[in-house]
Amino acid sequence: MAEHHLLRNLVLFGRVLRGLGLDVNPGRMIDLAEALAHVRIGVRSDFYHAVRSLLVHDREDIPLFDQAFEMFWQKPLGEWKRIELGGRRIRRARPRPLVALPSEGRRPSGEPLPGDAEERPVIEVTRTYSALEALQSRDFSDLTEEEMMEVRRLISEMIWRLEERTSRRYRAGGRRHLDLRRTLRRSLRHGGEIFGLARRELRTKPRPLVVIADVSGSMERYTRLLLHFVYSLTQGLSQRVETFAFGTRLTRLSRHLKDRDVERALAGVSSAVTDWAGGTRIGECLKAFNFDWARRVLGGGAIVLLISDGWDRGDAELLSLEMARLHRSAYRLVWLNPLLGSPEYEPLTRGMRAALPHVDDFLPVHNLGSLEALARHLERLARRAPYRRGTARSGSVRRVT
Amino acid sequence: MVSSIEELSARLRDKLYIADRGLATAIYLALKLERPLFLEGEAGVGKTEIAKVLAELLGLSLIRLQCYEGLDVNQAVYEWNYTRQMMHIRLAESRGEKLEEKELFGPEFLLERPLLQAIDPKVKKRRVLLIDEIDRSDEEFEAFLLEMLSDFQVTIPEIGTIRARERPVVVLTSNRTREVHDALKRRCLYFWIDYPTFQKELEIVRTKLPQASEKLASQVTRFVQELRQLDLYKVPGVAETLDWTSALVALDKEALDETVVEETLGALLKYRDDVDKLRGDGSRALLERVKATG
Repeated sequence: MAEHHLLRNLVLFGRVLRGLGLDVNPGRMIDLAEALAHVRIGVRSDFYHAVRSLLVHDREDIPLFDQAFEMFWQKPLGEWKRIELGGRRIRRARPRPLVALPSEGRRPSGEPLPGDAEERPVIEVTRTYSALEALQSRDFSDLTEEEMMEVRRLISEMIWRLEERTSRRYRAGGRRHLDLRRTLRRSLRHGGEIFGLARRELRTKPRPLVVIADVSGSMERYTRLLLHFVYSLTQGLSQRVETFAFGTRLTRLSRHLKDRDVERALAGVSSAVTDWAGGTRIGECLKAFNFDWARRVLGGGAIVLLISDGWDRGDAELLSLEMARLHRSAYRLVWLNPLLGSPEYEPLTRGMRAALPHVDDFLPVHNLGSLEALARHLERLARRAPYRRGTARSGSVRRVT
Repeated sequence: MVSSIEELSARLRDKLYIADRGLATAIYLALKLERPLFLEGEAGVGKTEIAKVLAELLGLSLIRLQCYEGLDVNQAVYEWNYTRQMMHIRLAESRGEKLEEKELFGPEFLLERPLLQAIDPKVKKRRVLLIDEIDRSDEEFEAFLLEMLSDFQVTIPEIGTIRARERPVVVLTSNRTREVHDALKRRCLYFWIDYPTFQKELEIVRTKLPQASEKLASQVTRFVQELRQLDLYKVPGVAETLDWTSALVALDKEALDETVVEETLGALLKYRDDVDKLRGDGSRALLERVKATG
């Protein structure tokens, strides 16, 4: 009798876990039932660990599982009938969005942009050469709503191709490495006589791309379009693209940006980031990245794009230390600064000065033209020496292969 | 074989491996259900050790596959012995015989790599297969493993399908340098190995290094436990605790003092930033705390 109840409760528990987002399917439940025959289910800890080792396979889910387990299996085994879940509910903790991502015509903080729609001049955007050319060089922060939409469309049409690295796998061809397997196979056609040697060569493989974008207050005018830019990168590149946003804290956005639906993707981003348009603590956020993520996302010779204007209220010494660390673990560290668009700009802020010695390339991102230049730059990264505008050329050119 | 979780724990302990109840349960079930065991955790918490101890405890041979990027079927499963094949061709020629392709791709020309060894039906005994640091391999290899771990068989085009007579005991480890695909984890029992508690770590030190004095063992353990609370780039694992203790034993130390901590910090911390952070005042303060509680 107790067995019967146990099974029913197990199935129910499985459903609760699935409801919480754990990967529980009927196959796993059957395995679990089999597993329970091997442990003494009367011993709570054995029962717990048996269920956990079969139904959980991610460390992050363990606390959630524990909570559900505590709540579900309250009664001692003898009293198991159908366990009532009671009034309490467990929820996956998701940060509630504090500020929504700016929709059309709004600042990230939610206020409407100054001047309502009627006052704004309506510009007919036809894709004549001159209109396009004008749009190319318009600073993102000066765009009208209509132009903004056009720019977004153009960004989504951009083609991104990153320079590849050699992988450690082979394919047939080339002339450098002998391919004994194919040589022998071929020779068999001629009764074992070797007429020519087959060769193989190393394949190439795209480098992973990591984007770390500043979404603090001073970047507000650029944030929306730059997120579109990152979205277009994520969708357009075949390799893995990992994206993080930061202001006062670091948030991972990669999962949201993978969504095929742009509106849903950006809505996901807006609810994930809890510090829109606030202060900036680059050093602390880079530290969080270095400690928690660097080892997981920088493998395979990743290219890092750091998007920020370098206005920083944090500790400059820490910033310098963490930049150095990031620089050491990335293949190429590219800093994109929208302020670089202005010819008078000089990187004099404390944050920028602390960071610059650890940057390979220092490039503007303020208009379409600069994005296109970036695309060209990334395509031939290995053949290009590090480029820094607005600073004295540093003598050390790093890891150019 | 083992017939209860308690027995398994006790026998692991005989082999100087201290496993808590949860880990023992996961290992026990992996043995009973003949499923791979997937172990995750920071470096140096004893993931790889489990496979070794398990092999010893069960009296089975251990086959180890160390993963790296670019690891492929030829290195993990099988390769043909080309030199022998060529020789065979030449010999046949000199005898004026005509060679059949089948002859050249027979078992005698097959070089078995770890995965094939682990499922070789010619060997009647079970084996322990350790697939170490799966997170270092690339996606292509992971996909291949998926097939192999669900059916315990491989197909070699020239020979056919080779299926294990006895399923090997499989242990996979990962340091989480990248996310391993869910589909792979789903085929395994999963356990996350945490850093041990003070009591457990002390027990590990005392079991593994009985020559260390009681005082030293307890101070070292306390020191490392405190160290893990600090904001370090790379937190020391149990392996480091043991390294450090044996270094101190080799130096004939009975207890920790300022000088020896300074001099041997390198056994514990593997990043210059971390060493710099602790050198001087940092380690002195920590040492005082350790002495106060110990």
